Amino acid sequence: MNINTENIEKNRMTFWEKIYLPEIARGLGLTLKRMFRQKMTRQYPEERWEPLGSYRGRPVLVEEGGKERCVACGLCSRVCPALAIEVQAAETPDDKERFPAKFEINMLRCIYCGFCEEVCPEEAIVMSKDYELVFASQESAIMNKEQLLVPIAQLQDRLEFLRRYK
Amino acid sequence: MENLGWILLEASIKAFVILNIVLLGAAASVYLERKVSAAIQDRIGPNRVGPFGILQPFADVFKLFFKEDIVPQAADKLFHALAPVISLGVAIAVYAVIPFAHYVEINGVKYYLGIAPDVNIGFLFILAMTSVGVYGITLAGWSSNNKYSLMGGLRSSAQMISYELSMGLSLIGVVLISSSFSLNDIVLQQSGWKWNVFLQPLGFLIFLVSAFAETNRAPFDLPEAEPELVGGYNTEYSGMKFGMFFLAEYANMATSSAFITLLYFGGWQLPFPAEWLGLQEGSIGLALAQFTTFMIKVGIFVLFFIWVRWSIPRFRYDQLMNLGWKVLLPLSILNVILTSIGVLIFK
Repeated sequence: MNINTENIEKNRMTFWEKIYLPEIARGLGLTLKRMFRQKMTRQYPEERWEPLGSYRGRPVLVEEGGKERCVACGLCSRVCPALAIEVQAAETPDDKERFPAKFEINMLRCIYCGFCEEVCPEEAIVMSKDYELVFASQESAIMNKEQLLVPIAQLQDRLEFLRRYK
Repeated sequence: MENLGWILLEASIKAFVILNIVLLGAAASVYLERKVSAAIQDRIGPNRVGPFGILQPFADVFKLFFKEDIVPQAADKLFHALAPVISLGVAIAVYAVIPFAHYVEINGVKYYLGIAPDVNIGFLFILAMTSVGVYGITLAGWSSNNKYSLMGGLRSSAQMISYELSMGLSLIGVVLISSSFSLNDIVLQQSGWKWNVFLQPLGFLIFLVSAFAETNRAPFDLPEAEPELVGGYNTEYSGMKFGMFFLAEYANMATSSAFITLLYFGGWQLPFPAEWLGLQEGSIGLALAQFTTFMIKVGIFVLFFIWVRWSIPRFRYDQLMNLGWKVLLPLSILNVILTSIGVLIFK
Protein backbone atom coordinates (compact mmCIF):
# COMPACT_ATOMS: atom_id res chain seq x y z
CA MET A 1 0.00 0.00 0.00
CA ASN A 2 1.27 3.41 -0.84
CA ILE A 3 1.15 5.48 2.34
CA ASN A 4 2.70 8.63 0.95
CA THR A 5 0.13 9.34 -1.73
CA GLU A 6 0.69 13.08 -1.71
CA ASN A 7 4.28 13.25 -2.84
CA ILE A 8 4.21 11.13 -5.98
CA GLU A 9 5.95 11.99 -9.20
CA LYS A 10 2.69 12.84 -10.94
CA ASN A 11 1.82 15.52 -8.40
CA ARG A 12 5.32 16.94 -8.08
CA MET A 13 5.57 17.85 -11.74
CA THR A 14 3.81 20.75 -13.39
CA PHE A 15 1.89 20.33 -16.62
CA TRP A 16 4.75 21.57 -18.76
CA GLU A 17 7.18 19.24 -17.05
CA LYS A 18 4.83 16.34 -17.57
CA ILE A 19 4.80 16.71 -21.32
CA TYR A 20 8.61 16.47 -21.29
CA LEU A 21 9.30 18.38 -24.47
CA PRO A 22 9.97 21.90 -23.09
CA GLU A 23 12.26 20.45 -20.45
CA ILE A 24 14.07 18.37 -23.05
CA ALA A 25 14.53 21.48 -25.18
CA ARG A 26 15.92 23.28 -22.14
CA GLY A 27 18.37 20.47 -21.52
CA LEU A 28 19.46 20.49 -25.14
CA GLY A 29 19.98 24.23 -24.96
CA LEU A 30 22.18 23.78 -21.92
CA THR A 31 24.41 21.23 -23.61
CA LEU A 32 24.53 23.34 -26.77
CA LYS A 33 25.89 26.24 -24.76
CA ARG A 34 28.46 23.92 -23.19
CA MET A 35 29.64 22.72 -26.58
CA PHE A 36 31.17 26.05 -27.52
CA ARG A 37 32.94 26.82 -24.28
CA GLN A 38 36.66 27.20 -23.96
CA LYS A 39 38.28 23.80 -23.30
CA MET A 40 40.57 23.47 -20.29
CA THR A 41 42.47 20.43 -21.57
CA ARG A 42 46.27 20.60 -21.53
CA GLN A 43 47.86 18.33 -24.16
CA TYR A 44 50.31 17.03 -21.59
CA PRO A 45 53.37 15.53 -23.27
CA GLU A 46 53.44 18.39 -25.78
CA GLU A 47 52.27 21.20 -23.52
CA ARG A 48 54.08 20.97 -20.22
CA TRP A 49 53.09 22.83 -17.14
CA GLU A 50 55.74 25.15 -15.69
CA PRO A 51 55.14 25.24 -11.92
CA LEU A 52 55.57 28.40 -9.87
CA GLY A 53 58.21 28.86 -7.19
CA SER A 54 55.78 27.68 -4.52
CA TYR A 55 55.56 24.20 -6.07
CA ARG A 56 56.96 21.34 -4.01
CA GLY A 57 58.44 18.82 -6.43
CA ARG A 58 61.38 16.45 -6.07
CA PRO A 59 63.69 17.54 -3.20
CA VAL A 60 67.20 18.36 -4.47
CA LEU A 61 70.56 19.45 -3.06
CA VAL A 62 71.75 22.93 -4.01
CA GLU A 63 75.04 22.89 -5.90
CA GLU A 64 77.17 26.02 -5.57
CA GLY A 65 80.63 26.32 -7.12
CA GLY A 66 80.68 22.65 -8.11
CA LYS A 67 79.97 21.47 -4.57
CA GLU A 68 76.95 20.90 -2.37
CA ARG A 69 76.06 23.51 0.25
CA CYS A 70 75.09 20.77 2.68
CA VAL A 71 77.08 20.54 5.92
CA ALA A 72 75.64 17.16 6.85
CA CYS A 73 74.03 18.36 10.07
CA GLY A 74 71.40 15.65 9.68
CA LEU A 75 68.42 17.85 10.58
CA CYS A 76 66.57 16.96 7.39
CA SER A 77 67.02 13.29 8.05
CA ARG A 78 65.85 13.85 11.62
CA VAL A 79 62.71 15.80 10.71
CA CYS A 80 61.66 13.66 7.74
CA PRO A 81 58.28 12.12 8.74
CA ALA A 82 58.63 9.35 6.17
CA LEU A 83 62.24 8.48 7.04
CA ALA A 84 63.24 8.97 3.42
CA ILE A 85 66.57 10.75 3.92
CA GLU A 86 69.85 9.15 4.94
CA VAL A 87 72.93 11.31 5.62
CA GLN A 88 76.47 10.26 6.55
CA ALA A 89 78.86 13.09 7.48
CA ALA A 90 82.58 13.35 6.84
CA GLU A 91 85.28 16.00 7.24
CA THR A 92 86.52 18.33 4.56
CA PRO A 93 89.34 20.92 4.43
CA ASP A 94 86.83 23.50 3.09
CA ASP A 95 85.50 26.36 5.25
CA LYS A 96 82.33 24.48 6.08
CA GLU A 97 84.44 21.66 7.66
CA ARG A 98 81.78 18.97 7.20
CA PHE A 99 80.21 17.48 4.09
CA PRO A 100 77.86 14.57 3.41
CA ALA A 101 79.85 11.53 2.32
CA LYS A 102 76.56 9.86 1.57
CA PHE A 103 73.22 11.57 0.95
CA GLU A 104 70.32 9.43 -0.18
CA ILE A 105 66.63 10.17 -0.60
CA ASN A 106 64.29 7.27 -1.13
CA MET A 107 61.77 8.72 -3.58
CA LEU A 108 59.29 5.94 -2.85
CA ARG A 109 59.13 7.15 0.76
CA CYS A 110 59.23 10.90 0.16
CA ILE A 111 55.87 12.59 0.71
CA TYR A 112 56.93 16.03 -0.61
CA CYS A 113 56.04 17.74 2.67
CA GLY A 114 59.01 20.11 2.43
CA PHE A 115 59.99 19.77 6.12
CA CYS A 116 63.62 19.06 5.14
CA GLU A 117 63.84 22.34 3.28
CA GLU A 118 62.12 24.20 6.11
CA VAL A 119 64.51 22.91 8.73
CA CYS A 120 67.71 23.26 6.70
CA PRO A 121 69.94 25.99 8.22
CA GLU A 122 72.07 26.31 5.06
CA GLU A 123 69.35 26.46 2.38
CA ALA A 124 71.06 23.39 1.05
CA ILE A 125 68.07 21.16 0.35
CA VAL A 126 65.09 22.65 -1.53
CA MET A 127 62.05 21.37 -3.36
CA SER A 128 62.48 21.61 -7.14
CA LYS A 129 59.88 21.92 -9.90
CA ASP A 130 60.54 18.39 -11.09
CA TYR A 131 57.25 16.46 -11.09
CA GLU A 132 57.87 13.76 -13.68
CA LEU A 133 59.11 11.04 -11.37
CA VAL A 134 59.09 7.58 -12.87
CA PHE A 135 61.25 4.67 -11.77
CA ALA A 136 61.79 1.34 -13.43
CA SER A 137 62.73 -0.43 -10.18
CA GLN A 138 62.71 0.10 -6.44
CA GLU A 139 66.52 0.42 -6.39
CA SER A 140 66.53 3.21 -8.95
CA ALA A 141 64.05 5.17 -6.84
CA ILE A 142 66.76 5.70 -4.20
CA MET A 143 68.61 8.79 -5.37
CA ASN A 144 72.25 9.33 -4.37
CA LYS A 145 74.11 12.61 -3.96
CA GLU A 146 75.15 12.91 -7.61
CA GLN A 147 71.55 12.50 -8.76
CA LEU A 148 70.32 14.99 -6.21
CA LEU A 149 72.74 17.81 -6.96
CA VAL A 150 71.23 20.63 -9.03
CA PRO A 151 73.09 23.86 -9.92
CA ILE A 152 71.86 26.87 -7.95
CA ALA A 153 71.02 28.75 -11.17
CA GLN A 154 68.11 26.36 -11.82
CA LEU A 155 66.63 26.84 -8.37
CA GLN A 156 66.33 30.64 -8.26
CA ASP A 157 62.49 30.61 -8.25
CA ARG A 158 62.30 28.38 -5.21
CA LEU A 159 65.05 30.20 -3.30
CA GLU A 160 63.33 33.51 -4.02
CA PHE A 161 60.05 32.06 -2.75
CA LEU A 162 61.69 30.74 0.42
CA ARG A 163 63.33 34.09 1.18
CA ARG A 164 60.00 35.89 0.85
CA TYR A 165 57.63 33.53 2.61
CA LYS A 166 59.57 31.16 4.84
CA MET B 1 18.40 -12.62 -70.55
CA GLU B 2 21.22 -10.23 -71.42
CA ASN B 3 19.04 -7.53 -69.94
CA LEU B 4 18.91 -9.31 -66.58
CA GLY B 5 22.71 -9.55 -66.52
CA TRP B 6 23.01 -5.80 -66.99
CA ILE B 7 20.48 -5.13 -64.27
CA LEU B 8 22.35 -7.39 -61.87
CA LEU B 9 25.66 -5.74 -62.75
CA GLU B 10 24.18 -2.28 -62.23
CA ALA B 11 22.65 -3.31 -58.92
CA SER B 12 25.84 -4.89 -57.63
CA ILE B 13 27.94 -1.83 -58.53
CA LYS B 14 25.40 0.36 -56.75
CA ALA B 15 25.33 -2.05 -53.80
CA PHE B 16 29.11 -1.91 -53.53
CA VAL B 17 29.16 1.87 -53.57
CA ILE B 18 26.30 2.19 -51.11
CA LEU B 19 27.77 -0.40 -48.74
CA ASN B 20 30.94 1.66 -48.60
CA ILE B 21 28.96 4.84 -48.05
CA VAL B 22 27.06 3.19 -45.21
CA LEU B 23 30.15 1.86 -43.45
CA LEU B 24 32.02 5.13 -43.91
CA GLY B 25 28.93 6.91 -42.62
CA ALA B 26 28.87 4.66 -39.57
CA ALA B 27 32.56 5.40 -38.96
CA ALA B 28 31.90 9.10 -39.40
CA SER B 29 29.06 9.00 -36.89
CA VAL B 30 31.24 7.17 -34.37
CA TYR B 31 33.78 9.96 -34.76
CA LEU B 32 31.05 12.60 -34.49
CA GLU B 33 29.63 10.95 -31.40
CA ARG B 34 32.98 11.02 -29.66
CA LYS B 35 33.74 14.59 -30.68
CA VAL B 36 30.29 15.94 -29.76
CA SER B 37 30.18 14.12 -26.44
CA ALA B 38 33.64 15.49 -25.70
CA ALA B 39 32.54 19.02 -26.56
CA ILE B 40 29.48 18.73 -24.33
CA GLN B 41 31.63 17.51 -21.45
CA ASP B 42 34.28 20.21 -21.91
CA ARG B 43 36.78 17.75 -23.36
CA ILE B 44 38.61 17.66 -26.69
CA GLY B 45 37.94 14.09 -27.75
CA PRO B 46 40.06 11.90 -30.03
CA ASN B 47 42.90 13.89 -31.58
CA ARG B 48 45.80 11.46 -31.89
CA VAL B 49 45.04 9.25 -34.91
CA GLY B 50 45.27 11.31 -38.07
CA PRO B 51 44.46 15.02 -38.34
CA PHE B 52 41.94 15.94 -35.60
CA GLY B 53 41.67 12.22 -34.85
CA ILE B 54 39.47 11.50 -37.85
CA LEU B 55 41.02 8.05 -38.28
CA GLN B 56 40.03 7.06 -34.73
CA PRO B 57 37.06 4.86 -35.76
CA PHE B 58 39.30 2.91 -38.14
CA ALA B 59 41.89 2.45 -35.42
CA ASP B 60 39.10 1.17 -33.16
CA VAL B 61 37.92 -1.33 -35.75
CA PHE B 62 41.47 -2.58 -36.42
CA LYS B 63 41.93 -3.03 -32.70
CA LEU B 64 38.67 -5.00 -32.48
CA PHE B 65 39.83 -7.25 -35.33
CA PHE B 66 42.93 -8.22 -33.37
CA LYS B 67 41.06 -8.88 -30.14
CA GLU B 68 40.39 -12.38 -28.93
CA ASP B 69 36.87 -13.57 -29.66
CA ILE B 70 35.55 -15.04 -26.43
CA VAL B 71 32.42 -17.19 -26.54
CA PRO B 72 30.99 -18.26 -23.17
CA GLN B 73 31.01 -22.01 -22.64
CA ALA B 74 27.28 -22.15 -21.89
CA ALA B 75 26.35 -19.98 -24.86
CA ASP B 76 24.42 -21.25 -27.85
CA LYS B 77 27.32 -21.07 -30.30
CA LEU B 78 25.27 -20.82 -33.50
CA PHE B 79 22.99 -18.01 -32.41
CA HIS B 80 25.76 -16.29 -30.54
CA ALA B 81 27.61 -16.00 -33.84
CA LEU B 82 24.48 -15.27 -35.84
CA ALA B 83 23.10 -12.40 -33.76
CA PRO B 84 25.65 -9.71 -34.70
CA VAL B 85 25.38 -10.72 -38.35
CA ILE B 86 21.61 -10.23 -38.23
CA SER B 87 22.02 -6.87 -36.54
CA LEU B 88 24.54 -5.49 -39.01
CA GLY B 89 23.02 -7.21 -42.06
CA VAL B 90 19.59 -5.77 -41.40
CA ALA B 91 21.01 -2.34 -40.67
CA ILE B 92 22.75 -2.35 -44.05
CA ALA B 93 19.93 -4.02 -46.00
CA VAL B 94 17.65 -1.07 -45.35
CA TYR B 95 19.81 1.09 -47.61
CA ALA B 96 18.68 -0.95 -50.61
CA VAL B 97 15.54 1.15 -50.95
CA ILE B 98 16.81 4.55 -49.86
CA PRO B 99 17.09 6.98 -52.78
CA PHE B 100 20.23 9.07 -52.37
CA ALA B 101 19.37 11.40 -55.26
CA HIS B 102 16.90 11.45 -58.12
CA TYR B 103 18.37 10.00 -61.32
CA VAL B 104 21.19 10.41 -63.77
CA GLU B 105 20.37 10.18 -67.46
CA ILE B 106 23.17 8.77 -69.62
CA ASN B 107 22.44 8.06 -73.30
CA GLY B 108 18.73 8.28 -72.65
CA VAL B 109 18.79 5.67 -69.90
CA LYS B 110 17.72 6.76 -66.45
CA TYR B 111 19.92 5.47 -63.65
CA TYR B 112 18.29 5.90 -60.26
CA LEU B 113 20.66 6.50 -57.38
CA GLY B 114 19.91 3.76 -54.94
CA ILE B 115 19.94 -0.01 -55.35
CA ALA B 116 16.17 -0.27 -55.71
CA PRO B 117 14.89 3.23 -55.02
CA ASP B 118 11.77 3.01 -57.12
CA VAL B 119 10.42 -0.15 -55.54
CA ASN B 120 6.80 0.59 -54.73
CA ILE B 121 6.88 -0.81 -51.19
CA GLY B 122 10.15 0.83 -50.11
CA PHE B 123 8.36 2.34 -47.17
CA LEU B 124 7.07 -0.99 -45.86
CA PHE B 125 10.43 -2.62 -46.51
CA ILE B 126 12.16 -0.20 -44.16
CA LEU B 127 9.52 -0.69 -41.46
CA ALA B 128 9.85 -4.46 -41.78
CA MET B 129 13.63 -4.41 -41.73
CA THR B 130 13.92 -2.19 -38.67
CA SER B 131 11.61 -4.63 -36.88
CA VAL B 132 13.75 -7.61 -37.91
CA GLY B 133 16.69 -5.79 -36.38
CA VAL B 134 15.35 -6.56 -32.93
CA TYR B 135 15.99 -10.27 -33.57
CA GLY B 136 19.70 -9.59 -33.57
CA ILE B 137 19.56 -7.99 -30.14
CA THR B 138 17.11 -10.46 -28.61
CA LEU B 139 19.04 -13.46 -29.94
CA ALA B 140 22.26 -11.96 -28.66
CA GLY B 141 20.73 -11.58 -25.22
CA TRP B 142 19.27 -15.07 -25.18
CA SER B 143 22.15 -17.01 -26.70
CA SER B 144 24.75 -15.49 -24.37
CA ASN B 145 23.23 -17.44 -21.46
CA ASN B 146 23.77 -14.49 -19.17
CA LYS B 147 20.97 -13.01 -17.12
CA TYR B 148 21.98 -9.43 -17.81
CA SER B 149 22.18 -10.06 -21.54
CA LEU B 150 18.79 -11.74 -21.44
CA MET B 151 17.29 -8.78 -19.60
CA GLY B 152 18.72 -6.47 -22.24
CA GLY B 153 17.32 -8.58 -25.06
CA LEU B 154 13.91 -8.77 -23.39
CA ARG B 155 13.78 -5.05 -22.85
CA SER B 156 14.73 -4.49 -26.44
CA SER B 157 11.88 -6.62 -27.76
CA ALA B 158 9.34 -5.13 -25.34
CA GLN B 159 10.44 -1.65 -26.32
CA MET B 160 10.31 -2.48 -30.01
CA ILE B 161 6.77 -3.86 -29.79
CA SER B 162 5.58 -0.82 -27.83
CA TYR B 163 7.04 1.77 -30.14
CA GLU B 164 6.57 -0.01 -33.45
CA LEU B 165 2.82 0.62 -33.19
CA SER B 166 2.99 4.36 -32.72
CA MET B 167 5.80 4.57 -35.26
CA GLY B 168 3.76 2.81 -37.94
CA LEU B 169 0.62 4.77 -37.12
CA SER B 170 2.42 8.09 -37.19
CA LEU B 171 3.69 7.24 -40.67
CA ILE B 172 0.17 6.54 -41.92
CA GLY B 173 -0.24 10.32 -42.04
CA VAL B 174 2.56 10.64 -44.59
CA VAL B 175 1.12 7.80 -46.66
CA LEU B 176 -2.33 9.41 -46.60
CA ILE B 177 -0.92 12.67 -47.90
CA SER B 178 1.26 11.19 -50.63
CA SER B 179 -0.99 8.16 -51.33
CA SER B 180 2.07 6.07 -52.16
CA PHE B 181 4.42 3.63 -50.47
CA SER B 182 7.26 4.45 -52.85
CA LEU B 183 9.94 6.56 -51.21
CA ASN B 184 10.71 8.24 -54.52
CA ASP B 185 7.11 9.41 -54.92
CA ILE B 186 7.04 10.66 -51.35
CA VAL B 187 10.20 12.68 -51.94
CA LEU B 188 9.01 14.02 -55.30
CA GLN B 189 5.81 15.20 -53.67
CA GLN B 190 7.77 17.36 -51.23
CA SER B 191 9.48 19.50 -53.88
CA GLY B 192 9.69 23.25 -53.26
CA TRP B 193 9.54 23.31 -49.46
CA LYS B 194 6.30 21.32 -49.34
CA TRP B 195 7.95 19.24 -46.66
CA ASN B 196 5.76 16.83 -44.78
CA VAL B 197 7.01 18.12 -41.46
CA PHE B 198 4.90 21.25 -41.95
CA LEU B 199 1.82 19.19 -42.72
CA GLN B 200 2.50 16.54 -40.11
CA PRO B 201 4.15 18.19 -37.09
CA LEU B 202 2.53 15.84 -34.61
CA GLY B 203 3.29 12.78 -36.71
CA PHE B 204 6.88 13.91 -37.04
CA LEU B 205 7.24 14.32 -33.30
CA ILE B 206 5.82 10.87 -32.60
CA PHE B 207 8.02 9.34 -35.26
CA LEU B 208 11.09 11.08 -33.90
CA VAL B 209 10.51 9.77 -30.38
CA SER B 210 9.75 6.28 -31.68
CA ALA B 211 12.87 6.37 -33.83
CA PHE B 212 14.96 6.95 -30.73
CA ALA B 213 13.32 3.94 -29.11
CA GLU B 214 13.70 1.81 -32.26
CA THR B 215 17.41 2.48 -32.54
CA ASN B 216 17.92 1.86 -28.80
CA ARG B 217 19.51 5.24 -28.41
CA ALA B 218 19.44 7.35 -25.28
CA PRO B 219 17.11 8.32 -23.64
CA PHE B 220 15.65 4.92 -24.56
CA ASP B 221 18.81 2.84 -24.43
CA LEU B 222 17.44 0.45 -21.83
CA PRO B 223 18.70 -2.71 -23.60
CA GLU B 224 22.24 -1.65 -22.81
CA ALA B 225 21.64 0.35 -19.64
CA GLU B 226 25.16 0.13 -18.23
CA PRO B 227 24.44 0.89 -14.56
CA GLU B 228 21.78 -1.83 -14.30
CA LEU B 229 22.70 -4.47 -16.86
CA VAL B 230 26.51 -4.41 -17.04
CA GLY B 231 26.56 -3.98 -20.82
CA GLY B 232 23.10 -5.27 -21.70
CA TYR B 233 22.71 -7.58 -24.67
CA ASN B 234 26.35 -7.26 -25.74
CA THR B 235 27.89 -8.14 -22.37
CA GLU B 236 29.22 -11.48 -23.62
CA TYR B 237 30.52 -10.19 -26.93
CA SER B 238 34.08 -9.33 -27.72
CA GLY B 239 36.28 -8.67 -30.71
CA MET B 240 34.69 -7.98 -34.05
CA LYS B 241 31.35 -9.49 -32.98
CA PHE B 242 31.02 -6.60 -30.58
CA GLY B 243 32.28 -4.33 -33.34
CA MET B 244 29.42 -5.47 -35.56
CA PHE B 245 26.85 -4.53 -32.92
CA PHE B 246 28.62 -1.25 -32.54
CA LEU B 247 28.57 -0.51 -36.27
CA ALA B 248 24.96 -1.71 -36.50
CA GLU B 249 23.91 0.79 -33.85
CA TYR B 250 25.41 3.65 -35.82
CA ALA B 251 24.13 2.33 -39.15
CA ASN B 252 20.66 2.15 -37.58
CA MET B 253 20.98 5.70 -36.39
CA ALA B 254 21.89 6.78 -39.91
CA THR B 255 18.96 4.76 -41.27
CA SER B 256 16.53 6.48 -38.96
CA SER B 257 17.97 9.86 -39.89
CA ALA B 258 17.68 9.00 -43.58
CA PHE B 259 14.10 7.84 -43.08
CA ILE B 260 13.16 11.02 -41.23
CA THR B 261 14.78 13.06 -43.98
CA LEU B 262 12.99 11.19 -46.74
CA LEU B 263 9.57 11.24 -45.16
CA TYR B 264 9.46 14.61 -43.45
CA PHE B 265 12.25 16.82 -44.75
CA GLY B 266 12.08 16.44 -48.50
CA GLY B 267 14.78 13.80 -48.93
CA TRP B 268 17.20 14.88 -51.63
CA GLN B 269 15.13 17.92 -52.65
CA LEU B 270 17.32 21.01 -52.87
CA PRO B 271 16.24 23.83 -50.56
CA PHE B 272 15.98 26.12 -53.61
CA PRO B 273 14.81 25.59 -57.21
CA ALA B 274 17.27 23.49 -59.24
CA GLU B 275 17.29 26.16 -61.99
CA TRP B 276 19.36 28.44 -59.75
CA LEU B 277 22.31 26.11 -60.21
CA GLY B 278 21.72 26.08 -63.97
CA LEU B 279 21.72 22.29 -64.04
CA GLN B 280 19.58 20.03 -66.21
CA GLU B 281 17.21 17.48 -64.72
CA GLY B 282 19.10 14.17 -64.94
CA SER B 283 22.57 15.68 -65.19
CA ILE B 284 25.40 14.37 -63.02
CA GLY B 285 25.93 17.79 -61.43
CA LEU B 286 22.34 17.99 -60.22
CA ALA B 287 22.51 14.43 -58.89
CA LEU B 288 25.65 15.34 -56.97
CA ALA B 289 23.96 18.44 -55.55
CA GLN B 290 20.97 16.33 -54.50
CA PHE B 291 23.24 13.70 -52.97
CA THR B 292 25.05 16.39 -50.98
CA THR B 293 21.76 17.88 -49.82
CA PHE B 294 20.54 14.47 -48.68
CA MET B 295 23.78 13.75 -46.85
CA ILE B 296 23.74 17.12 -45.09
CA LYS B 297 20.14 16.59 -43.96
CA VAL B 298 20.96 13.10 -42.70
CA GLY B 299 24.08 14.44 -40.99
CA ILE B 300 22.04 17.05 -39.15
CA PHE B 301 19.75 14.35 -37.79
CA VAL B 302 22.66 12.12 -36.81
CA LEU B 303 24.07 15.09 -34.92
CA PHE B 304 20.70 15.59 -33.27
CA PHE B 305 20.63 11.93 -32.18
CA ILE B 306 24.09 12.33 -30.64
CA TRP B 307 23.23 15.65 -29.04
CA VAL B 308 20.14 14.17 -27.39
CA ARG B 309 22.07 11.16 -26.13
CA TRP B 310 24.52 13.33 -24.21
CA SER B 311 21.86 15.68 -22.85
CA ILE B 312 19.02 13.58 -21.53
CA PRO B 313 19.10 10.91 -18.83
CA ARG B 314 17.73 7.44 -19.49
CA PHE B 315 14.02 6.81 -18.98
CA ARG B 316 12.95 4.40 -16.29
CA TYR B 317 11.34 1.24 -17.61
CA ASP B 318 7.82 2.08 -16.42
CA GLN B 319 8.15 5.62 -17.78
CA LEU B 320 9.15 4.16 -21.12
CA MET B 321 6.11 1.90 -21.24
CA ASN B 322 3.78 4.66 -20.02
CA LEU B 323 5.06 7.00 -22.69
CA GLY B 324 4.75 4.39 -25.42
CA TRP B 325 1.29 3.02 -24.65
CA LYS B 326 -0.52 5.84 -22.88
CA VAL B 327 0.83 8.87 -24.71
CA LEU B 328 2.31 8.10 -28.09
CA LEU B 329 -0.21 5.47 -29.19
CA PRO B 330 -3.34 7.63 -28.57
CA LEU B 331 -1.58 10.62 -30.09
CA SER B 332 -0.68 8.70 -33.22
CA ILE B 333 -4.26 7.46 -33.60
CA LEU B 334 -5.42 11.04 -33.19
CA ASN B 335 -2.91 12.05 -35.85
CA VAL B 336 -4.31 9.45 -38.27
CA ILE B 337 -7.88 10.70 -37.71
CA LEU B 338 -6.94 14.37 -38.09
CA THR B 339 -4.92 13.68 -41.24
CA SER B 340 -7.71 11.62 -42.76
CA ILE B 341 -10.17 14.46 -42.19
CA GLY B 342 -7.67 16.92 -43.62
CA VAL B 343 -7.11 14.79 -46.71
CA LEU B 344 -10.88 14.38 -47.20
CA ILE B 345 -11.43 18.13 -47.04
CA PHE B 346 -8.47 19.44 -49.03
CA LYS B 347 -8.07 16.80 -51.73
